[in-house]
Formats: sequence, C-alpha cells, structure tokens
Amino acid sequence: MKVRLLPERRELVLDGRLRVADLLRRLDMLPGTVMVIRGDVLLTEDEIVEGDDFVEIRRVISGGSARDR
Amino acid sequence: MKCKRCRAKAEIKLRHHNAAFCRPCFVFFVQRQVERTIAQDKMFGKDDRVLIAVSGGKDSLALWEILAGLGYATTGLHLALGIGEYSSESTRKTQAFASARGLELVTVDLAELAEPVPTLARFTNRPPCAACGLAKRHFMDKIADERGFSVLATGHNLDDEAARLMGNVMHWQMDYLAKQRPVLESTHERFARKVRPLYRLTEYEMAAYAFFRGIDYILDECPNSVGATQLIYKDALNRMEAEMPGAKMSFVRDFLRNAQPLLAAADTRPPSSCERCGMPSFGALCAFCNLRREVEAKQAKRSLVPSPTRVLT
Repeated sequence: MKVRLLPERRELVLDGRLRVADLLRRLDMLPGTVMVIRGDVLLTEDEIVEGDDFVEIRRVISGGSARDR
Repeated sequence: MKCKRCRAKAEIKLRHHNAAFCRPCFVFFVQRQVERTIAQDKMFGKDDRVLIAVSGGKDSLALWEILAGLGYATTGLHLALGIGEYSSESTRKTQAFASARGLELVTVDLAELAEPVPTLARFTNRPPCAACGLAKRHFMDKIADERGFSVLATGHNLDDEAARLMGNVMHWQMDYLAKQRPVLESTHERFARKVRPLYRLTEYEMAAYAFFRGIDYILDECPNSVGATQLIYKDALNRMEAEMPGAKMSFVRDFLRNAQPLLAAADTRPPSSCERCGMPSFGALCAFCNLRREVEAKQAKRSLVPSPTRVLT
C-alpha cells in the first residue's frame, strides 16, 4: 500500500495487510495524533489497510504559540 | 465498530469518551459540545458581537463555522503575520473560507500596524513565538475594542490548554495559572471578554470535524514553531493519553475545578492603562509597547553605527 504523510508530503510504500492500529505502531505514531484517511473516509483503528490502498496520514497536532498572558 | 448514537458504521473512535460515532453523529456531537460549553461557562449569548481570531488553521476555522451555524453574531479577525509563504497561504485559506460562506472577515496586515513577526523577533532577541504571541494578543484586544466587540473568541482546544497548563506548572507560573481559564471577564474598559469555546474538545476531534465538514485549512506548521516547547508538552501528554485515555481532559478539568478558583481569587490586581497606547497594562507600558520600544532602540542604535562605507570615506 502507498502511504502519504502530511504535512511532510512524504510517501512510503508498505507491504502486507495491517490494522490501522498496527500501521501506526509500525510508523511509531500515537493514536489521536494523526488522522488515517482512505479516499474521503476517516479510518478507525480496527480497519484493515492492504494491497492497492492509498492511505493518507495527516498530523493533527499543531503548536508553537507562546505562553498566553 | 458501530456508532454509539445510531448504530451505523463508525468513522471515528473517541477513546476518552469510550465511544465511536458515524460522521453525521460526530458532527452533531461536536456542535452540541460547543453549544453546551458556551452555555455552562456563560461565555456569551446571541446578543453579543463575537470577534473570532482566525489563523487559517483547523481549530479557528471550525470554531467560526460552528458559531455561525449556531446563529451567533460573528466576525472573523485574521492577522497577516508576515512569516513568508506560510502567512500568505494562511491568509488565502482564511479569505476563501469566509467568502465561500458569506462571513464577515477583517484582515489586518501586521506590517502595517507595527513590524512583521520576523523583525520583532530579530530586533529583540526573543523567540519568534514569543514576539508573535505578544503581537497577536495586543492587536486582537485593540481591534476588538476599537470595533466594539464584547467578546473575543479563540480556537484553543483541549490539547492547547493541557500543554499550556503543563508549561505553567513546570515553571510554577502562578500569575499565568491565575489567568488560565476558558472565560476571562473584562478587567479593563478596553478589554473584551475572552473565551475559548473549544477547550473541552481535543485536537484530533477538531481535525476530524474540519475534515468531515470539508473545511480547507492550512496543514503546514509555522516554520518558526519547529522545536517549540509547546510541542514537547503535547508529545508528553499524548504519550500519557495513549496509556490513560482521558488524562488530558482530567488534567485540565480538575485544575479548573480544584486549583484555578483559589489562584484566581488571589489575583485581584486590575490592570491600569499603557502610557503609550492606552491599552490595559500592569506597568507603565503594556507588554507590546515594551517590545516595540526595544525594537525602536535597536533600530536607532543601528542607524548611529557608521556603515563600513562611511568609515572609509
């Protein structure tokens, strides 16, 4: 399967059949810090990704602002 | 996995709520959460004019979409910060969002009001995020005041609040802790009430909401935020959350319940007015005018130093 990482705009090719939870573990990503999207559907951790799938992993964590007053 | 409300196939699982939702039920859940937060925390009503600070990111645009959808009188305020292509793209996304929905947007170019963020940071030897935060807060307050808004809303989410709390606790910043709450009543005639209606919703929930609603937000991070301390706190909190779902929520909620009221009660000093701009201040000058004075002093000093050409002639 092809995996596109955003906002880095990097692409990976992975083999096998994986649950989304395992895909995240394999990429050392924490659940709740990224959205895993196939087509226009958000995938839950129990979904399977495989074969010809094109999956987008979009980081949701933003930051960098200064401490508020 | 099935939706908790309607039993359709779920598209999102929220571990901290031990619940999963399909797309329409999740959108409903988020909108109701915001509506409930506004009511329970007495943030504002339908008669208030609400100025929403919009950066072009997922949280502020989603907040604006939700509040406008709930029928509140909203106007967006976008500050163009002058941080290269990142700022240009943020402005484009914000303007496109407002125009597609027929919402009123005020766009202000920081370079026209003061100096762009890179200049403020360079001349004062401050981290860019510190200079940026100061400038944003100053002009959000000032514009809310000048245009007669009673409420200033920002899109800070639960992760932002938890990271900020962790930072304040790590350094025991008592004065910051005394002011860390989702509603800050006006303490000066030129301050609007400040509210954070998304403080109970996680960053993941807001990103999913923006995705489900087709909100085109800026995905890139500010180039100045690389290695920002707040991201380190967020990472630590997300590691805890992965092992203990609900950790971020209870950290913020229990602080607000148990410690914040005690700290707030001890913080009774009202601000006076800045001698230079008239905005609220705890010293002779407000924090932003202090920053600008530093910039001006550095610029003046630089203009007095002879350039190599001058030395040669």
